[in-house]
Amino acid sequence: MSDIDLYRRTFLKTSLGAAAVAIAPGMLLFDTAHGKPQPASGKVRWGMLIDTTQCKSGCDDCVTACNRENGLSGATSATDSQWIRKIEIKDISSGRELSLPMMCQHCEHPPCVDVCPTTASFKRADGIVLVDKHRCIGCRYCMMACPYKARSFVHEPLHDQNPDVPRGKGTVEACTLCVHRIDQGLQPACAEACPNQAILFGDLNDTDSEISKKIRSVASVQIRANLGLNTGIRYRGL
Amino acid sequence: MKLFASLLLCLCIPAAWAAGTNAPKPDIGKGGQCVEDVQWMRKNHMHLLKHQRDEALRKGARDEKLSLKNCIECHASTRDDSVIARDDSFCVACHRYEAVKIDCFECHSGKRKSAWSQRNAK
Amino acid sequence: MSAYPPMYFKNRLYYVLLAAGGLIALAGLYAVYMMEHHGHIITGMNNQIVWGIPHVFAIFLIVAASGVLNVASIGSVFGKAVYKARAPLAGLLSIAMLAGGLTVLMLDLGRPDRIIIAATNYNITSVFAWNIVLYSGMFTLVAIYLWTMMERRMNPWNKPAGFTVFAWRFILTTGTGLIFAFLTARQAYGSALLPPMFIVLSFAWGLAVFLVAQAALYAWNEKELDPAILQRTKNLLGVFVIGSLYMVTAYHMTNLYFAHLSGFERFILLDGGIYPNLFWWGYFLLGNLLPLALIYWPGPCRAPCVLAASLLVILGAFMLLYVFIIGGQAYPLDIFPGHEVSSSFGDGQIAAYHPSLLEFLLGFGGLAIAFIITITGMRVFNFMPQDKPHIAD
Repeated sequence: MSDIDLYRRTFLKTSLGAAAVAIAPGMLLFDTAHGKPQPASGKVRWGMLIDTTQCKSGCDDCVTACNRENGLSGATSATDSQWIRKIEIKDISSGRELSLPMMCQHCEHPPCVDVCPTTASFKRADGIVLVDKHRCIGCRYCMMACPYKARSFVHEPLHDQNPDVPRGKGTVEACTLCVHRIDQGLQPACAEACPNQAILFGDLNDTDSEISKKIRSVASVQIRANLGLNTGIRYRGL
Repeated sequence: MKLFASLLLCLCIPAAWAAGTNAPKPDIGKGGQCVEDVQWMRKNHMHLLKHQRDEALRKGARDEKLSLKNCIECHASTRDDSVIARDDSFCVACHRYEAVKIDCFECHSGKRKSAWSQRNAK
Repeated sequence: MSAYPPMYFKNRLYYVLLAAGGLIALAGLYAVYMMEHHGHIITGMNNQIVWGIPHVFAIFLIVAASGVLNVASIGSVFGKAVYKARAPLAGLLSIAMLAGGLTVLMLDLGRPDRIIIAATNYNITSVFAWNIVLYSGMFTLVAIYLWTMMERRMNPWNKPAGFTVFAWRFILTTGTGLIFAFLTARQAYGSALLPPMFIVLSFAWGLAVFLVAQAALYAWNEKELDPAILQRTKNLLGVFVIGSLYMVTAYHMTNLYFAHLSGFERFILLDGGIYPNLFWWGYFLLGNLLPLALIYWPGPCRAPCVLAASLLVILGAFMLLYVFIIGGQAYPLDIFPGHEVSSSFGDGQIAAYHPSLLEFLLGFGGLAIAFIITITGMRVFNFMPQDKPHIAD
C-alpha cells in the first residue's frame, strides 16, 4: 500500500467522520421531531422567566405566535379562548407602569387539578399542567378555581384544528406550554416569538440551565405567591 | 345434528350474501400495514388508540407509530386528505355501517398533518 | 297504615298539572338540545361568568332539597308528631328537588354525554367528586328512609334511618358550601363561613318550599290544614329566616372588615348596579323583611299569608344566589393587588352577563322535573300528611 493510498484512506475517514458529526444533530433532530416514546421525566420541571423590563407595552407578538401555533382564532370577545394575554398594570400609589404576558402559571400545586372532578386537569411529570380533553366534562370548576384566569371554555364547535393541538367544543383549555413542541425539543412558541427575548424557557430543576442560573442571580417573583402554589412561570422586574 | 348443520348453513348463506353486498368499502388512502394485520386492526384499533392517548397525553410518551396522527397520515384519502370528510372516508365508512359514534374528531383534526401544515404555512 | 282513605287526586287535575309540568320540562329539554348543538355560545355565560342562571337554579334546588328534610328530621330525630306526619312528603320533595337540581347541573355541562367519566375517573381531592357521592347517597338514604315509614315491618328502623338522613344532609350541604369555600383565589368565595351559611339558608329555603308544596297539595285535595300546625310551621320559618339573615350578615361583615375585600363588598352592596339592587331590594327587603313582617306582625297570619311569606323567601333565595354566584364572578379577580390592570381578557373590568332565555328554560325545566316527581309521587303514594285532631307532643 502506497503512502498516497494511506493518505487517501485517512482523508476519507476524517471527512466521513466530519460529515457524520455535521449531519448527526440534524438526523437526531429529525428523529426527535416525532416525539419520544419515553414518558416525560419527573426530574425535569419546565418553567419560564419573564423579564417584564424587556416586555414592550403594545407588543403582542407572543399572543399572535400562540394563536398561530395552537390554532386559536385570535378574536377577543368574552366567549373566545385566550391562552395568553398581555396585561398592562399600573401601580396605583406610584404610577409605575408595566406590561406583561399572562398565561397558565403551571403551578406545582395547581388548584385546577385539585378541584377537577374527573382528573381531566392534571400535572405531567415534568410540571406542565394540562387538560385531558378525553376526560373533561366541561363543568368549568377549574376556571372558577384558577387564580390567574388562565383557562378558557370552548363555547362553539371548532373545525380544522392543528393536528398537533386538539381542541373541541364543551371542554376547557389553557396554555399547554406548547407541550407538543417541548416533546420535540423545541421552545414554546411565545418564547421563540418574543422580539426582546423577554421570555426565557428552561428546566427549573437543572441547576446548570440558563433559567436556573438567572433565577439565582436576579430577583424574580411568582404572581400571587401568597397562595403558595409555587408557579413554574416567574416574573422579573415586577 | 344434520338438521342443525343445515339450519346453520341456511342462516349463513343470506348472512354471507348480505355481508358481501352491504359491507362498507372505505377509502383506505395510501394504506399499507405498519402495526398489525387488517383483521386485528379492525377488531382492536380502538384499544390501541385509547391506550396510546393516555400514554401520550398524560405521560408524554409519544409512540409515533401508534399515534392517531400517524394513522391519519397514511389512511387519509388521497383525494381530500381526510379520514372523515365523506361517507366512504376511512373512519366514517365502517363507523357508519356499525352505527358507532366517533368522538375523536370533535377535537382532533381529521386531516393529514402534512396537508394541514402546507395549507397553513402562509 | 291508617284508617284514612288513600290520598287521591282528581284525575283531571292531575293530568292538567302533569301536562303543564311536562311542557315546561320539554322547553328545558329544547334548551339543552340547543346548547348541545351550538355550544354555550348561545347562553349568556362566557369565560368570565362561567357559571350562570342554570347554576342559580341548580344550587337553589340542591340546597332546598337538603333543607326540606328538616321537616322530616324534626319528626324522626326529635320526635315531634306534627312533623312526623309530614316526613313522607318532605322526603319526596327532597328527592324531587335533588333530581331536578342535578339534572340542570348535569345538562349545563359542556360534555354531558360524558357524565359517566365522573364515576370512572374519580378525583378524591375534588369537592365536586365528593358531592357526586353525597348526592347519590342522599337519594338512596332518603329512599330507604321513606321505605322505613311505608313498610310496617321496617318501622323499627325508622329512627336510625331518620338519624342517618339527618347527618347526611348536613354533610351534603356542607359539601355544597365547600364548592365555593374551596375557591382560594376568588374574593367572593374562599370563606369557611360558607358551608354553615348554606346549611342555615337550606333550613329557610327548604321549609319555605315545603310550606308552598303543602299549601298547594291541601288546596288540590280540598283539605284544610289545622291552624295550630300552620302557626307552628310559620313560626319556625320565621326563626330560620332570621338565622339565615344572621349568617349572610356575618359573611358580609367579615368581608367588610378585610381591607383587601372592601372593593368587592362595595361592589356587591353599594355601586355594582344590578347586584346591590337585587341584594337590598330583592334579597333583604322582599326575601327577609317582608316575610318576617308577614310572620311576626301582630294578629293572625292565615294560610294565604304563610304562603306569601314562603314564596317571598324563595324569591329572596334566587336573588341572593344570583348576587352570590354571578356577582361574585362579575367583580374582577385581583391578580395584581394594588395595581390598576387592563387586558383583552377582562382583567380589571366588571364582567358583563346577559342571561339568555335558554338558560331560564333550562332552570325552569329543573323546577318542572321536581314538580312532576312530586305530584306523581303524591298520586302514587299515600304521602298526604295525616294529623290527629289534637296534637300532643
